[in-house]
Amino acid sequence: MTAGDHGGKIPYDDDLLRRILRDVKTVAMVGASPKWVRPSSFAMKYLMGKGFRVIPVNPGHAGKTILGETVYANLGDIPGTIDMVDIFRNSEAAGPITDEVITLAADKGIRVIWMQLGVRNDEAARKAEAAGLTVIMNRCPKIEYARLFGELSWGGVNSDIISSKRTKLSP
Amino acid sequence: MNDDHETGNDPEDTAGPHEYGFETRTIHAGARPDPVTGARNTPIYQTTSYVFDDVDHAADLFNLQTFGFIYTRIGNPTVAVLEERIANLEGGRAGVCAASGHAAQFLTFFTLLEPGDEFIASRNLYGGSITQFGLSFKRLGWTCHFVDPADPENFRRALTPKCKAIFLEVLANPGGVIVDLEPVIDIAREAGIPVIVDNTMATPYLCRPFDWGADIILHSTTKFLSGHGTAMGGALVESGQFDWGQNDKFPSMTEPEPAYHGLTFHETFGDFGFATKARAVALRDFGPAMAPVNAFFTLTGLETLHLRMERHVANAQAVAEFLDRHPKVAWVSYAGLKSNPYYDLARKYLPKGAGSVFTFGLKGGFDAGVKLVESVNLLSHLANVGDTRSLIIHPASTTHRQLTEEQQVNAGAGPDVVRLSIGLENIDDIIFDLEQSLAGL
Repeated sequence: MTAGDHGGKIPYDDDLLRRILRDVKTVAMVGASPKWVRPSSFAMKYLMGKGFRVIPVNPGHAGKTILGETVYANLGDIPGTIDMVDIFRNSEAAGPITDEVITLAADKGIRVIWMQLGVRNDEAARKAEAAGLTVIMNRCPKIEYARLFGELSWGGVNSDIISSKRTKLSP
Repeated sequence: MNDDHETGNDPEDTAGPHEYGFETRTIHAGARPDPVTGARNTPIYQTTSYVFDDVDHAADLFNLQTFGFIYTRIGNPTVAVLEERIANLEGGRAGVCAASGHAAQFLTFFTLLEPGDEFIASRNLYGGSITQFGLSFKRLGWTCHFVDPADPENFRRALTPKCKAIFLEVLANPGGVIVDLEPVIDIAREAGIPVIVDNTMATPYLCRPFDWGADIILHSTTKFLSGHGTAMGGALVESGQFDWGQNDKFPSMTEPEPAYHGLTFHETFGDFGFATKARAVALRDFGPAMAPVNAFFTLTGLETLHLRMERHVANAQAVAEFLDRHPKVAWVSYAGLKSNPYYDLARKYLPKGAGSVFTFGLKGGFDAGVKLVESVNLLSHLANVGDTRSLIIHPASTTHRQLTEEQQVNAGAGPDVVRLSIGLENIDDIIFDLEQSLAGL
């Protein structure tokens, strides 16, 4: 994630985000860092704790492991299917990564591209949507999971959720 | 998900989710029925601490890698509901509550400033803020430059390379002064520093500082938010819009934090990084936590904020008009009066009313002020504002007595000044009490 550009958030429907977080089981995280104190590592560990399988993609660290998962040099190297690609790179880099995802989507079963908080590439999103992918930009799946299922509110963060139903703690 | 492909990024799709009104959010924001018991109202979590699932879970919490509670000094489920509700009502991203408004101010500036840093504040502030900024902060190596906000350019003139923020009250206590926020925000934007607004006197019902571009809002929740004179508290709210990385002025937000293994708050927590740092470092290390029971009282009070503020401003307007006609009254400083120099600014920033705290001057000066506050029967002589009860005080002999006479006059609290906080009693009874007491002067 790059600092800045937190404004201008796209108002995604909460039900869409809930469905993504319910249906996705396997996430490829492009730009995952082996340093535990980096934001990508925080997000990876949190999502793993919520039951997602998170596969790190980082050419500089291919073959090593992060949080017990083997790091791959690129998306194409990952064996088996991937439900979602989480892009932890800058907005410009999100363009070619999206092109790669579109190429691999049918083969790998990829249905969602999720660009991290601060990452937004509208042209890439248009291409991916035209190819039938769902695209979320400038959000963090960890933060959205926590927002939709109650935990973000524990930190005094405005979830923007009004409901008279019991808080659901998971999808 | 395969079958219901959605293009959430289509700019033509402007319908968006339903936006709930202010009145609904005063009651519901942040509070949902308990997931286990179904309790509809927010329980008072009267506990100091919270169990860890295992050592790894504890490590994740201490490292800020996951969300959750450790110790009530840093966060509490009842307090968290209040934090979210205030953040929501202000239209902000995140809130942190503290034991008092002063504590919230301290948490804010500790998170913003390095030793040797400076900031600019309007001179028309609550007297306690002037003392905190001018004297106590000075001993921490922080310098506050006070300026007359009547000319917004005064903020620009006071800027120095070390200035890291501009602080003001749009509806100022106690003078009834309204600060023209918009040009001040432009000046701060150019300087790359945040604008902090103390919105205690106006509340988010009357004034919307984030809509004008302010970056941080502070509250003494003790006043109108809690509203019944029962619970001390403070809150800071961050808009989430300020880019801490735009310059090198805010290393506390943009550089690795040694207290958290080199974590960078702005990068890791994005638009709630400031609130997270205020909690995880300032609140953790200095400890002015809000008591859960005070959060509960404040939540209960907030549920009627919209109704109370309507009546507060209606009663205040009637009292101001009464005093304006009274022969023993030299002047009335209420921006809801058409003759008031701040009337147009009040219409701009406080379209629903100019608050219920204002001052007036007695022709009889200091002695008349003392006599008046001692002779009322219904109004309470005490040092608070924003109660259901109508309150009266003579600032020069109480809240502002630590200031020099020059500072008192500059703050709108000169020797002849009486401050009122008009409550929710029957309006005829409030006016009767003042009329009787004025007659005795």
